[in-house]
Formats: sequence, structure tokens, C-alpha cells
Amino acid sequence: MAFVAKNKPNDVPRQVKKPAAATETERVCPRCKSKLDVGKLWENRNVCSCGYHFKLKARDRVALTVDVDSFEPLWEDITSVDVLEFPGYENKLELSRYVAGEADAVVCGRAKISGRPCILFAMDPFFMMGSMGAAVGEKITRAFELATEEGLPVVGFTVSGGARMQEGLISLMQMAKTSAAVQRHSAAGLLYLTVLTNPTTGGVTASFAMLGDVIFAEPGATVGFAGARVIEQTVGKKLPQGFQTAEFLLAHGFADAIVPRDEQRWAIGNMLKLHAVSA
Amino acid sequence: MAKAKNKSTPAYDRVRAARGGKRPTGLDYVKGVFSDFFELHGDRAFSDDAAVAGGIAWLYDKPVTVIALEKGHSTKERSKRNFGSPHPEGYRKALRLMKQAEKFHRPVVCFVDTAGAYPGVGAEERGQGAAIAENLLALSGLRTPVLSIFIGEGGSGGALALSVADEVWMLENAVYSVISPEGCASILWKDASKAPEAAAFLRLQAQDALEMGVCDRILPEKGLGSRAFYRDLSRLIYDKLTELSALDAEALVGARYARFRQFGTGA
Repeated sequence: MAFVAKNKPNDVPRQVKKPAAATETERVCPRCKSKLDVGKLWENRNVCSCGYHFKLKARDRVALTVDVDSFEPLWEDITSVDVLEFPGYENKLELSRYVAGEADAVVCGRAKISGRPCILFAMDPFFMMGSMGAAVGEKITRAFELATEEGLPVVGFTVSGGARMQEGLISLMQMAKTSAAVQRHSAAGLLYLTVLTNPTTGGVTASFAMLGDVIFAEPGATVGFAGARVIEQTVGKKLPQGFQTAEFLLAHGFADAIVPRDEQRWAIGNMLKLHAVSA
Repeated sequence: MAKAKNKSTPAYDRVRAARGGKRPTGLDYVKGVFSDFFELHGDRAFSDDAAVAGGIAWLYDKPVTVIALEKGHSTKERSKRNFGSPHPEGYRKALRLMKQAEKFHRPVVCFVDTAGAYPGVGAEERGQGAAIAENLLALSGLRTPVLSIFIGEGGSGGALALSVADEVWMLENAVYSVISPEGCASILWKDASKAPEAAAFLRLQAQDALEMGVCDRILPEKGLGSRAFYRDLSRLIYDKLTELSALDAEALVGARYARFRQFGTGA
């Protein structure tokens, strides 16, 4: 049974609303409430002067991270299929392809960072909140398999609502599939670095996101397994301030460092260099 | 009127059966299938999670590492066992016992029955996501046979953390799902009472899992909990472990990788 298909480039979405972002020239920072010019915000890598990190498209992540002209995308046409005929999924896929401009919720490729070659993946928050179905799982798995074969490190930016429920058990199995591929890459003695960005939750946190040899987190990012609302309902109490943030993760020993967006390129490059010297 | 909207579906009847309080729980299987189970406690780091019971037992002439998610029967016991929803230390205890099994070349048998990993403050503070992830990674490379048997609820990542196995078997009325039907219905329709409808879409029954290749064998529930039932199950498990133990570790781990690699491959 095939659960992923190649995307047909001429797919025209049946029902799409015009994305609000397309007409925006100004955005409001959810933290400090100041109004920000979209162009100026972009010049600052979509980070407000108060330090709030706005979401980034996968391609923009890649552009901000890799050496100029070094990115060679891989498996760009892999996209999920609505195998379960799940209510509304077909439409959601089409809408997401249009809004995110991607075939599915992750972009993979070969890249160089600070001159060091690596396999890079970046998840896309604008494609069904970066949720992991068969296509995402397949591309992440291929990224690790290729890196293992070629002896390369893997650098990954995670952002995800978790497993994509519209694909049922097959999406759950992607957690096992990707983790198994990480295991082989790790057993080959190769470096895996993750950057956890806002938000990284559910089945992605509980699989490849937390398996990095080195784990960076973006300031203020929400990172956790269970959703805050579910926890609140379960325990019947208000959650403590700063619960499930990058800073919370660092304090409890689950991240190596909090790295702001403007330092990521250097910090990743540095890590790649530190692991490129053989003893 | 409200009743009509919440009409059950065959899939949701199955969910109800899987959750049924009168079903045998994990430790009932351990005691029924194996002999002289000796429980080993604790994760050697934080505490001993009662939602996960593990230890070593005999299966005829074979020492086997057995790990069971335990919901408990009485109200008091259910509360003590957190209704079978583990904290990170439960998954870490399981991992410790799996590594121990690998070291001493013992096969591992897991009994899975959980609504899911516990969504709580302490669970997040101690890294629920990381704990599950580490189990997935370790199990995928574990150089000893692993068999997982779903006896009731198979709740998402919390169940998967004990079932990256060489084979997964499911009781006839067991279910396995990426999200609870209630959770799915609240997301889709903002109405948890539409869970029966959601259950049908999720394809969470044993037969569905079998068709997808997620499950390898369905165990009929005739005589569930009787001596004959456990005796038959003992034989089935013994034969499977004998078969898996005959493989060298490389082939075993390779086949396990291939088993999970096939889900959702490219055209």
C-alpha cells in the first residue's frame, strides 16, 4: 500500500480562501503589542525588538541558515495521500499546499553551513501546523538514511503540532520509522543537531525532535508532549508561568542551549566544525 | 434528541469493550501466561512508576523479560497505578529492563493497555516526550526479540513506546489509535460527544491494524481470562520467541527496521 504520492504540479485547489498574510504590511507583536512593518521585521529575521520570534516558513529558515547557493532540495514532490478518506483532509491538503507553497510539511536537502556539508530539514508551520503524516515521516527518514550512507551530519528545525491524526495509525508509525532511522545514523557515529522552534509538540517531540545529540531551542518556543489545554483539564489546575517553554526545557535539563535566531547560523556551524575533527 | 446524535458505531463499541473495567489487565496476563514472575522496580533515576510493571519470568524453559502496562482492578489500585497512564519514569523503567534483557539475551514480551502517556505537569517537567522518543530509538535497535501484545487500549505514543517490536499482536477487542476518538472529535467538530463517529474514521480496530500491517495477529477472545486461554497464549508466545531467537541479532534488527520502514513509503 502506498501512503504517499508524488505531487501533481498542476493541482489546483478546489476551495481556497485568500491567505490573510498576503495583504498584510503591518503585524502586531503578540508579546509587546507594538506594530511592526513587515519588511523591517523580515530584515530582523522575523524577530521583534522585544525578542519575540515570529514563525518562519521552512524555505525562509533554510535561507537564513545555509551558506549562499549551497542548498540542494531533495524529494520535493513527496506529499501525503488521504488514504483513510478522513473528513475534510483532502481539502486541507490542497489548501495547505497553496498557503505554504510546499508539497508537504517539511523541506529537506543538502546544504553547507559555515562551509561544512550536512543534510538539512526544516518543518513548515504553515502546512497543517507542521503535522507529521506519511510524507513528513518518509522525508525525515530518507534524510537520515542518506546522511548515514554518506557519513554526513543532520541538522533539523522542528515545528509541529504532532502526528497528523487524519492519517490514523500510519502517522503514528512515522514516529517509530523516523526514530529507527535516527538510531542507525547515531550508531554510525554521526552528529544530529535539532533546533526546536515554536511550537514543537506531540508525536514529533516524542520522536525525532528530542533525539538530537545536541538540542537547541529558540527563545520562548513552546515545546512539550501533551497540549497545555489537555494537561489543564486533566490536573484541574492552572499551569505554572512559563510551562513548556524553551526556558522551561533548559531548566529541566532537556535542551543544551537556547539560541536566538540571529546566533543560530554561527552556533550550528560551530557545532558542525567541532564534530568534523576526528580524534 | 441528544442520544440520537451520539449513536454508537461498531468501532466505538470496540473502544468501549477495550476500556471495559472487567477485562483482564496486564499483570493478569503476566501471571496467567508465565510462571514465577519476579518484579523488578524503579528506573534507577527518579522513582518507581506503578503504571508500568516489569520483571523476569519463566515461559516453560525460557527466562523472559516481561513488561506490562497495568491499569488495576479496584478503585484503589486503579488510582495507585494512575489508570495505566505512565510518567516518564515508567518508560525509563521499561527501557532499563529492555536493555537488561538485551545484555542477558532474554526476549522481551510487552503487554500494552493504556489510554496514553500521562498528560501532567510532572510528566512534562521530567521529559515525557524525550522518554518516549528514547524508547522508540532503543527498541528499534534492541538486539533481542521483542513481542508486543495489545490487550485493551493502545493509546498513541504512550503505547508505541512499548511496541516497536518484531511482532505486534492484538486481542480481538483491543484498539490502537493515534488519538482518542474523544480528542479527535473535539478537534474536528469541537464536540467530544461525536467520538463514535470519529472512532469509525480513525480505523483503530484490530482488523484495521492487521490490514495496514501494523498488527501481525489477532487473538480471539473466546474464553478470555480462563486457564485454557492463557495456556494457548503461552504456547503461541513460546513458539514465536523460539522462532525469533533463532535469528542472529543483525537479521532480527534488520527485519524490525524493515517492518517499520514500510509504513508510508514513496510511490
